[in-house]
Amino acid sequence: MKNNKPQMNRREFIDTVSRKVPTWLAFVSAFGAGELILAKDSDYNPEDHDYAMGIEIHNCIGCGRCADACKNENKVPREHSYFRTWVERYVIPPEGEAIVDSPNGGIDGFPKLKEGTEILRSFFVPKLCNHCAEAPCVQVCPVGATFTSRDGVVLVDESYCVGCRYCIQACPYGARYLHPETHTADKCTFCYHRITKGLLPACVEVCPTGARIFGEKGRRSSPLRRFLRFNDITVLKPGLNTQPKVYYAGADMEVR
Amino acid sequence: MFRPLHQLVPLTIIFAIAVTAFVVGRMYLVPETFGEYGHYRADAVGEVASQEIAYAGYQVCYDCHDDIYDEKMESNHSGVSCEVCHGPAAAHTEAPDEVTPDIPHGRSDCVLCHGYNPSRPSGFPQILPELHNTGKPCMVCHNPHAPVLDHAPTECSACHRKISSQKMVSHHALLECSQCHTVAEGHRTNPASVRADKPESKDVCGSCHDKGAESSRGIPRVDVETHNARYLCWDCHYPHQPEVVR
Ligand code: HEC
Ligand code: HEC
Ligand code: HEC
Ligand code: HEC
Ligand code: HEC
Ligand code: HEC
Ligand code: HEC
Ligand code: HEC
Repeated sequence: MKNNKPQMNRREFIDTVSRKVPTWLAFVSAFGAGELILAKDSDYNPEDHDYAMGIEIHNCIGCGRCADACKNENKVPREHSYFRTWVERYVIPPEGEAIVDSPNGGIDGFPKLKEGTEILRSFFVPKLCNHCAEAPCVQVCPVGATFTSRDGVVLVDESYCVGCRYCIQACPYGARYLHPETHTADKCTFCYHRITKGLLPACVEVCPTGARIFGEKGRRSSPLRRFLRFNDITVLKPGLNTQPKVYYAGADMEVR
Repeated sequence: MFRPLHQLVPLTIIFAIAVTAFVVGRMYLVPETFGEYGHYRADAVGEVASQEIAYAGYQVCYDCHDDIYDEKMESNHSGVSCEVCHGPAAAHTEAPDEVTPDIPHGRSDCVLCHGYNPSRPSGFPQILPELHNTGKPCMVCHNPHAPVLDHAPTECSACHRKISSQKMVSHHALLECSQCHTVAEGHRTNPASVRADKPESKDVCGSCHDKGAESSRGIPRVDVETHNARYLCWDCHYPHQPEVVR
């Protein structure tokens, strides 16, 4: 044998492993704990919160600044098919089906309607993840990578998602997409990183007309409470019993 | 010969190995905090929450730009957040000298919100960008932080854009508004309480169009006495675009 390094015998091997592995494990878990700072070490207690959003359709001017800010804030790919929030234009003609479009989510504005389009009514409808209390996406996730946090926000565990797309199929609101770089499901988080620090979601921050109202249903002083009290509220696709937490005021029958 | 112990021992060993493999495998494969609060990894919540912030929020700007902040807060743009126009500025608030936010100079930046669009709520101030002072940047006249002009406009067209633009391309293009309307001075500063008057009799039209009127010869004539005498002229001809008969 050329190698004169003494061979490790079985006993030594087991001895080394049993001493080194726990140290290594402890090291790794210490790192993991670093990420828990928010949940464990700060004053923020998720149990105290119950987030939701209101949308006042009469106020929306379709400027698309919400969709633009969302992409900036959350590094959503700029390509035209990836959105966490977007604005739809509804045109209700005197007869027939409503025409709905959302070119680039409304970020570049809305083009003129085709010459001769007859309009009975027309308005804009901002859309986003509804953070359903009974979220179909959470129910179908095979690995527990999408879940409802204790403060009522539906989140995706990016490092645990396997990219199977079940949740994308299951979402009745089309609110999810597969991120082209991470190959994991991605969607609106209500800007979880902002709201847990007392900031507003980026889309609400930039909305010029107060068409988006963010707050907590349980807080008496919340603007959302006032919004819910003084308006006729609807949710999207109530028949599916997903119990959305995005509430619309002024939504027509035609809004789906 | 049947020897139960002989079979039991290897089976027990295999079983023990399988159980250990399962327990050890689970320890490695299922992340540490999985299941702490539900069927998910509790650590993921902190990971999502640790994302970097891009929009600082308009309140922060007050610390260093209180003059602009106050000016804007008292203006019609009070609801328009600084970062709608200047883009995400959290990095700027951290290091104001190294990172400066965008300054939008184009007309299109304002038109995104103010361009006329029939789907917009009707009370929202809108302009027709192809008619409203074309060729000049909006900032020549409007201060973006306090956009309403502080002097009363002199042109009727500033407020009656639709009528002026209709008249501009009609056969009445050359007629002044004052030809048919007498407008009190206060109307331009306080239009809701100081009313402009509207013509009440056919004579206004007759002064130019009647067959006997002393007006320039190119003007088409009718006999005001007989031409659809039972109606007012503007029941049929829209005065700001008379060639359209309704
Ligand atoms: C910590 C102080 C500070 C805060 C907070 C701050 N700024 Fe500034 N800002 C500055 C300084 C200093 C300058 C001048 C930088 C220069 O001219 O190089 C400046 C310049 C600017 C400019 C002009 C840039 C240029 O090219 O001339 C804009 C626009 C601006 N700030 C917007 C904002 C907005 C919007 C916010 C709030 C999100 C904000 N600032 C918050 C200190 C601040
Ligand atoms: C409606 C869009 C808009 C909003 C809202 C807005 N700005 Fe501006 N801002 C502009 C434009 C356009 C200019 C360039 C003005 C020019 O060139 O005359 C500018 C210029 C500036 C400048 C540099 C020039 C100067 O006047 O000193 C600063 C600093 C600034 N803005 C800060 C702010 C802050 C702070 C806020 C929020 C309180 C804000 N802006 C809100 C559009 C906006
Ligand atoms: C993100 C949307 C947004 C942008 C961008 C924006 N504005 Fe505005 N603007 C508003 C809102 C909202 C109001 C208040 C409307 C109201 O009072 O109902 C307003 C009001 C105004 C008014 C007053 C209208 C009136 O009621 O008489 C003027 C003038 C104006 N903006 C000009 C501008 C100019 C010039 C720019 C570009 C520098 C600009 N705006 C950019 C949203 C915007
Ligand atoms: C040559 C000067 C000038 C320029 C350039 C100009 N405006 Fe105006 N704008 C006016 C005047 C004058 C008024 C009427 C004044 C008033 O009502 O206070 C007005 C009114 C407005 C109004 C209020 C309309 C309403 O219904 O109340 C908006 C919005 C507006 N302008 C936006 C813009 C935008 C956007 C641009 C750039 C695309 C722009 N303006 C460029 C002079 C100008
Ligand atoms: C500052 C904006 C402004 C200016 C400038 C202005 N108007 Fe008006 N005008 C209004 C508004 C607003 C109304 C609608 C008042 C109402 O219905 O409460 C109106 C109404 C009118 C009416 C209809 C009155 C009625 O009883 O139906 C006439 C006619 C009129 N304006 C003519 C003019 C003429 C001509 C000029 C130019 C000399 C002019 N206006 C300048 C804002 C303006
Ligand atoms: C040829 C005469 C004539 C001229 C010129 C004229 N108007 Fe009128 N205008 C009328 C008459 C007549 C009415 C009443 C129409 C009615 O009651 O149906 C009227 C009505 C109006 C009204 C009430 C709203 C409406 O559409 O009925 C406004 C505002 C108005 N005019 C503004 C103007 C302005 C601004 C100008 C100049 C750009 C102008 N007019 C020029 C004759 C005229
Ligand atoms: C100051 C004179 C004057 C007054 C007052 C006037 N008009 Fe006219 N009108 C004209 C002129 C000039 C033309 C354009 C002739 C041409 O085509 O060259 C015209 C054209 C017309 C036409 C013809 C359009 C066509 O199809 O060619 C009609 C209709 C008309 N006016 C109706 C009216 C009515 C209704 C009134 C009263 C509300 C009125 N006019 C008041 C001067 C006037
Ligand atoms: C009942 C609807 C009605 C009323 C009221 C009415 N007109 Fe007419 N007017 C018409 C029609 C229809 C025409 C024919 C248009 C054509 O032949 O192209 C016309 C034509 C005209 C012409 C164009 C003649 C030409 O040679 O091109 C003038 C000028 C005119 N009307 C002025 C008036 C005046 C002034 C009054 C008020 C005294 C008036 N009209 C009232 C319906 C009406």
